[in-house]
Amino acid sequence: METKKDSIIDQLTQKPWDPAQVKIDNSHEGKTFNLHVGKLGLRYLMIVSTIMFCLFIVTYGDRMIYDDWVKMPEPFLLWINTFILFVSSIIFIRIQIASKKNQFKKAKRDLILVGFLALVFLIGQFLVWQNMVDKGYYVYGSPANAYFYLFTALHGLHLLGGLVYWVMTIRKVWNINDIDIRKAKHTIELCSIYWHFLLAVWIVLFGLMLFT
Amino acid sequence: MFVVLLVLIVILGSVVFHMVSPWWWSEIASNWVGMDDTIILTFWITGAVFVAIGLFMAYCIWKFRYDKDKKAEYEPENSKLEWTLTILTTIGVIALLAPGLIVWNNFVTVPKGAYEIEVVGQQWGWMYRLPGKDGVLGTTSIKNIDDDNPFGLNTDDPYSLDDVLVDADDLHILLDRPLKLNLRALDVLHDFYVPQFRAKMDMVPGTITYYWFTPIKTGEYEILCAEYCGTGHYAMLGYVYVDEQKEYDEWVDEQMTFEEVLASNGKSDLIKIALNKKNDL
Amino acid sequence: MAADSYEDVVKNKESIPALEVAPQDLYHAKSFWTKYIFCQDAKVIGIQYGLTAVAIGLVGLVSSWLMRMQIAFPGLIPMDAAQYYQLVTMHGMIMVVYLLTALFLGGFGNYLIPLMVGARDMVFPYVNMVSFWVFFLAVIILASSYFVPGGPTGAGWTLYPPQAITSGTPGGDGLGIVLMLVSLAVFVIGFTMGGLNYVITVLQARTRGMTLMRLPLTVWGIFTATVLALFAFPALFVAGIMMTLDNMLGTSFFMPAIIQFGEKLTHEGGSPILFQHLFWFFGHPEVYIVALPAFGIVSDLISVHARKNIFGYRMMVWAIVIIGGLSFVVWAHHMYVAGMNPWFGFFFATTTLIIAVPTAIKVYNWVLTLWRGNIKLTLPMLFSIAFIITFVNGGLTGLFLGNVAVDVPLSDTYFVVAHFHMVMGIAPVLVILGSVYHWFPLITGRFLNERLGKIHFWVTFIGSYSIYFPMHYLGFMGVTRRYFEVFEGEAFTYSITGINQFITVAALVTGAAQFLFIYNIIVSSKFGKKAGKNPWKACSLEWRTKDVPPTHGNFDKELPVVYRWAYDYSVPGADEDYITQDTPPSAVANARAEQT
Ligand code: HEM
Ligand SMILES: [Cu+2]
Ligand SMILES: [Cu+2]
Repeated sequence: METKKDSIIDQLTQKPWDPAQVKIDNSHEGKTFNLHVGKLGLRYLMIVSTIMFCLFIVTYGDRMIYDDWVKMPEPFLLWINTFILFVSSIIFIRIQIASKKNQFKKAKRDLILVGFLALVFLIGQFLVWQNMVDKGYYVYGSPANAYFYLFTALHGLHLLGGLVYWVMTIRKVWNINDIDIRKAKHTIELCSIYWHFLLAVWIVLFGLMLFT
Repeated sequence: MFVVLLVLIVILGSVVFHMVSPWWWSEIASNWVGMDDTIILTFWITGAVFVAIGLFMAYCIWKFRYDKDKKAEYEPENSKLEWTLTILTTIGVIALLAPGLIVWNNFVTVPKGAYEIEVVGQQWGWMYRLPGKDGVLGTTSIKNIDDDNPFGLNTDDPYSLDDVLVDADDLHILLDRPLKLNLRALDVLHDFYVPQFRAKMDMVPGTITYYWFTPIKTGEYEILCAEYCGTGHYAMLGYVYVDEQKEYDEWVDEQMTFEEVLASNGKSDLIKIALNKKNDL
Repeated sequence: MAADSYEDVVKNKESIPALEVAPQDLYHAKSFWTKYIFCQDAKVIGIQYGLTAVAIGLVGLVSSWLMRMQIAFPGLIPMDAAQYYQLVTMHGMIMVVYLLTALFLGGFGNYLIPLMVGARDMVFPYVNMVSFWVFFLAVIILASSYFVPGGPTGAGWTLYPPQAITSGTPGGDGLGIVLMLVSLAVFVIGFTMGGLNYVITVLQARTRGMTLMRLPLTVWGIFTATVLALFAFPALFVAGIMMTLDNMLGTSFFMPAIIQFGEKLTHEGGSPILFQHLFWFFGHPEVYIVALPAFGIVSDLISVHARKNIFGYRMMVWAIVIIGGLSFVVWAHHMYVAGMNPWFGFFFATTTLIIAVPTAIKVYNWVLTLWRGNIKLTLPMLFSIAFIITFVNGGLTGLFLGNVAVDVPLSDTYFVVAHFHMVMGIAPVLVILGSVYHWFPLITGRFLNERLGKIHFWVTFIGSYSIYFPMHYLGFMGVTRRYFEVFEGEAFTYSITGINQFITVAALVTGAAQFLFIYNIIVSSKFGKKAGKNPWKACSLEWRTKDVPPTHGNFDKELPVVYRWAYDYSVPGADEDYITQDTPPSAVANARAEQT
């Protein structure tokens, strides 16, 4: 069934009324990409979210150059939180490997661990907030503070959304005796892609705040 | 076939309306004749396109109306025709854009000899500041603003003492002298717009914007705020008077300088500081 | 399917077997609730979107009446300046976002995409259902702002700070602006879910034989508009969030140090112009989010009712895509006189005028489709003709405003109001009306009453043209927009009272005609003439469903297989003047398209 797809330019210059083209087109499958819709859907959401963060970063760059910009300190806790995210991603790689080998028991155990780490991360972020507020870095202080709270909040919300999907994922492997293997694998893959994405977003945001 | 008539009436009606309309711009009172000319040029080109497309369409609707014994032509595309039209359109667009950019270039390049006036907008009225004898506007900051110092002038700026402050909605300017308006807003966006001068630019709190023009006709012109600025926007009006030198000087003499304003408020200490700075220069 | 060549298939089976694209678990409604309320069928969702959008759109319409009354007959309807500005704002925002965007993408997109690409439903029906309810929530939040102390925001639909969130503006220091921002954010979230479906359904769930270049232009228009929205709406979201923080938590993203009514606010250092950049990075593509679906739909209407293939299909597709792309590099033409760096003017004027070229090509091709056509003057055709005139008019005045030096005297005057109403108000609305006449027989199985329709058409077209054509001339005079009351001072050469009264009367009549239309819809859906299958003899797949109106699952047991593009009208040698997309070659043996 695999047909080589024409490049987008080739496709857009076809003459659909041309008899020769008609013959080729009649056996067209109707798909643009050889991809599962779920995966494509996830990519779509990640693109939207990336655009959003990029726009925030653009405004960040624009706002940074004014002299009321006062850099925020990075509490050590933030490094720990980053490390937690990092570990989650690694565990997700393990989960993916396990699910490829149909070891769903292992996958389930690791999924629980990841969920736990996500909660720890969120609590950690919250502690960082408290810590900052205690030190007097209010959101209406320097714009750097405002961006710090904004970025961490948005990233946290994304992670919360991820947890909703995590619940759906873990339900697919919860009852070890009753697993729809195709679906479980698919969901696990999407879930881990999303986690890696969140790690990448965090590293960009954290790096940005670290260096400016 | 009423529709053919309808199309014709709409197209020709628009042309007729354009020709007889008494609603048209007031005579220009600044040097921006180029803007008017570009509009007229745009009118000719776009008008021709509008009429041509409309008439052609009316013709098609009439000529190719439905006939169950006939069949439409089967012609998916006609590259030659399409590219010809594309190129013609591109030429038309260039013809519009080029003069427009030239005028814009003039608009954003302030000529050397222009004198400066600051216009300050706030909800919902205007204030003006002239540079005074030294010809330089003193610097300002929102933080300095209070009842004694409505413009927020920096008292330690040597150029500020002789600035002439006009705390009123009306402004006088000089005939035939290029004028650069420095635009400042204290609270929200405003826009200093006089229809007869054609020019306008938003005033943005936090920055100073500007535009320039040369008034070419004496008279009294109404100012309209052209950027929405809250409930009182529609009432943010005022007048500009374009004067000959003599009347202008008389008007300036009636106004108070910053020094006089401070003195009348009993702030001689501030004046002293400022004078010292000036001597340091 | 490269393995079996076309010839083999046709020889052996006479036609290509259908293929269930993207096997999906088709959802089945079980109760009243899941059938009509929390329904996952895209057709029902489309209608839900449509009805909600029209309902809130009527609020926008009535607002415009009240504004026009104030402008022409001040005092007749008691109103103060604050209320006028609230009307302007809600009218603008409702019309652009909650009516047109929701109707074109949520309404037409949901109803038509699966049918036209030959799918049983959207790819994520559940998400689709949620998308509608999130949109509904956004509308409720918007409507609730009428009932909070201080009323809805009066910041203008552009919501420029600092004015939008300070006390000199109605709703600026109360809940009005907050609810507006929240509602927009919710709208964006709901829309992202909907857009997910539109994009992926078009990309992945087309039926066999449906290449990209065989799609009807309607699908191209809606698809491209959705992709634009994917890039543009995040900007609105970002701007909205940052402004909400400025407003609620006292941050200074957009708020510089200001002193208002003698009182210094705590903000410092923010940039109001940054907001404008974000807003128009959303706002300009938004214009095309409304326009592109209209372009696509009107192309199909013209083609069907002129019995002729759309002229230059490929150019039409390219133009849609190019316009979509360019629409992201022209945003600052709304800011020529906003105080940004004046040198931007050169760049944005050039890009803006470049966009005129593909747009002009579209117009030429619509008109050239009429050329040597066999034009049936049905209601959809009439509305399409009206659209072309209106759009050409509005597009040409865009050349004034895009040309930076000409924009200087004209910006923020009634010329702008007239221009954007022509091009993105009236023109798309005419397409919507035409397409309701066109697809009503599909949706309900009955025609709309033709007599009432004719009256509706004449009043709407002549009425709206008389509203907006003269209005340009007020702009030339320098009459500023967003004025509660225009004092007739020295600025104007001639009294504007008469013309304003004329415009208002035209607006009242035109608006009233829309109620006639609604009446027609209600009555005809019960008592209209029965339409039967494919009454307009159209080629595209939405008319090839198992039942009319299409039922759940859209098509028969097997999905249709597509053998030709969507525009095989008046093919030489064919018996009829149309060949539907799913007609196999063997069924039209002597037609030209099959002679090789
Ligand atoms: C019969 C139909 C309509 C009438 C009579 C009408 C009338 C008006 C009026 C009187 C204003 C205020 C002008 C001012 O004071 O500056 C206005 C503004 C506006 N209208 Fe309409 N309108 C109509 C339809 C539409 C439609 C279909 C759209 C959709 C795009 C639309 C979009 C807008 C926008 C965006 C504004 C600007 C709001 C603002 O300044 O913040 N209008 N309209
Ligand atoms: Cu104003
Ligand atoms: Cu634009």
